[in-house]
Amino acid sequence: MRLNELKLGGSAIIDHVEDHTAGDPVAERLRALGFVPGEPIRIVAVGPIGADPIAVGIGFTRFALRRAEASRVLLRDAA
Amino acid sequence: MSVLNAALVGNPNCGKTALFNLLTGSRQKVANYAGVTVERKVGRLTTPGGLAVRLLDLPGAYSLVATSPDEAVTRDVCAGTYRGEPAPELLVCVLDATNLRLHLRFALEVRQMGRPMILVLNMIDAAKRQGIAIDVPRLAAEFGAPVVTAVGIRRNGGQDLLRALDLPPPPPPPAMPAGSDFHAEARRILADCVARPSRLGVALEERLDRWFLHPVWGMVILFALMFVMFQAVFSWAQPVMDLLDAGTAALGQAVGTVLPDGPLRSLIVDGVIAGAGSVVVFLPQILILFLWILALEESGYLPRAAFLLDRIMATAGLSGRSFIPLLSSFACAVPGIMATRTIQNPRDRMITILIAPLMTCSARLPVYTLLIAAFVPERRIGGLFNLHGLVLFALYLAGILSALLVARVLKNRDRQEEHPLLLELPAYRLPNLRDLALGLKQRAVIFLSRVGTIIVTVSVLLWALASFPAPPAGAAGPAIEWSLAGRIGHWMLHVMAPIGFNWQICVSLIPGLAAREVAVSALATVYSLGATDSDAARQLQPLLSAHWSLGTALSLLTWYIFAPQCFSTLAVIRRETGSWRMVGITAGYLFAMAYGAAFIVWHISLLLGWGGSP
Repeated sequence: MRLNELKLGGSAIIDHVEDHTAGDPVAERLRALGFVPGEPIRIVAVGPIGADPIAVGIGFTRFALRRAEASRVLLRDAA
Repeated sequence: MSVLNAALVGNPNCGKTALFNLLTGSRQKVANYAGVTVERKVGRLTTPGGLAVRLLDLPGAYSLVATSPDEAVTRDVCAGTYRGEPAPELLVCVLDATNLRLHLRFALEVRQMGRPMILVLNMIDAAKRQGIAIDVPRLAAEFGAPVVTAVGIRRNGGQDLLRALDLPPPPPPPAMPAGSDFHAEARRILADCVARPSRLGVALEERLDRWFLHPVWGMVILFALMFVMFQAVFSWAQPVMDLLDAGTAALGQAVGTVLPDGPLRSLIVDGVIAGAGSVVVFLPQILILFLWILALEESGYLPRAAFLLDRIMATAGLSGRSFIPLLSSFACAVPGIMATRTIQNPRDRMITILIAPLMTCSARLPVYTLLIAAFVPERRIGGLFNLHGLVLFALYLAGILSALLVARVLKNRDRQEEHPLLLELPAYRLPNLRDLALGLKQRAVIFLSRVGTIIVTVSVLLWALASFPAPPAGAAGPAIEWSLAGRIGHWMLHVMAPIGFNWQICVSLIPGLAAREVAVSALATVYSLGATDSDAARQLQPLLSAHWSLGTALSLLTWYIFAPQCFSTLAVIRRETGSWRMVGITAGYLFAMAYGAAFIVWHISLLLGWGGSP
């Protein structure tokens, strides 16, 4: 399962972040921001139009990202 | 006496700027780094021990693997490779004590630079309130650098840091082997040094975001906020602006009675004082707008607004961050363009600056109302709408639609790269008055000194064009017709006749360069009304409907949707982008669109038989 498929209020554990292109800068940045294996993540809000972008809580921080960006994040143990 | 070169580094939202303001107070200089439009802030301070420190406030960064010009500056200055910047002798790394996971990772990355470092645990008061216990001596030992605590928003909140600066600089901390996992190391250190209760303090953010990010209520709150902001910029500033206007006029008159009649009096009154007046008159709008924007940014709301509006702005190829600058441009493009500083992505910022002049600014209203009153019949449509109002609405809409069009065209030019949103939603904070005041002062100084000088210079130049040469004795017609501006106006007719303009319009467009609404009083001058601003429009209205064809009026209205002629806008673009090329591109494309659209409107009018004299 990927982060863009997780529903509002849902939570999961990050499995890994995959590169969409060679040396993907977006994936690189996600990893720097704490999107690392084993980290719990949950969806705290979704945008008003088309439920895009999404707001996620990870660690003690919240980030807003578009679904296209979130599709790089693979999850496990979704609840 | 020696000066210590130190630099503040840290994540965005670590409270670095508040700490910087606390340490250096008003002894700050704001400029840009050489060659880029990244803001460079440097301040001076003296420690209790008498050591002079030159403190550089580096742009906030999440990582030294830079993805923006801001982060590239931080990376290069830390590495000591930035041209024109001395390598910092000490890096003061600021961490939000409530968010150590993310911030300690960055500190570990900075540690790899091998420079002497001090860690500052900022917002330690908030951390204590959330029940986070940090073993500071242990953290210092694990990290290998001195650690002090601070509260950036409290007077005396930086005392520990000041005392630490007095000690001899620490040796560079040990670096980790290349390729180490910073996250794993941060987690290890935190497990050893920090005890925190199982998430209690986050509840406030959780509750607030449930409202502020709500698909319906979030939008309602956003629009209420924007409505009040727009009202403030648009109408609350007006009385002060009128006061300033009257003040400069009175000053001009007072000076005018002292000086003998002649070119010198005219230069000082109509050139210098009027020019300086047209600069000062912007200040109320700029200050009110920036008070809002700074407060929204400090409180942590601005990224939330960007979140809500991202999808809407994405249709124009922009992100949610562009919304507020564009909205402000409806009052005036000058503060709007200055507000684009909150857009981190440089490409988005450039596009926003380019399309900001297409938002119909308040200076275009006098021209619109004059022409609509003179040429559009007063009629009710469907018993509900007034035709005047509908035309005015159409003019605003035409500006917005062309802005969308331009943004789309510019976006299609570089589609190969993905421009991520990826935005931190920081903790909510109460804006700090000292930080707001300092931010406002810096904006005012930048505007008056950097933009103002260009505007005053151009005003004097325009005055000279409209005043010289003087008409010969006994000449008929208004003086402006004999001047260089008059001649240029007549010459411009060759270019402007194909879009239905007459020479009077051409001449009035030249003084209109100083400010768009001046075109109205300039028209009055050309038609020898000799009227003051206030009743120029009233007297002009019947005259114009008698002398101009409907086609000419429609063509001029269309021209004003794009209205490339505003020197204040061009001056502020020059200041904000540091590039004359951007100024040229803006003026060029606005002129092309104005001319093209007016050409089409005029020729359609001719086909419909609206081109003849009434």
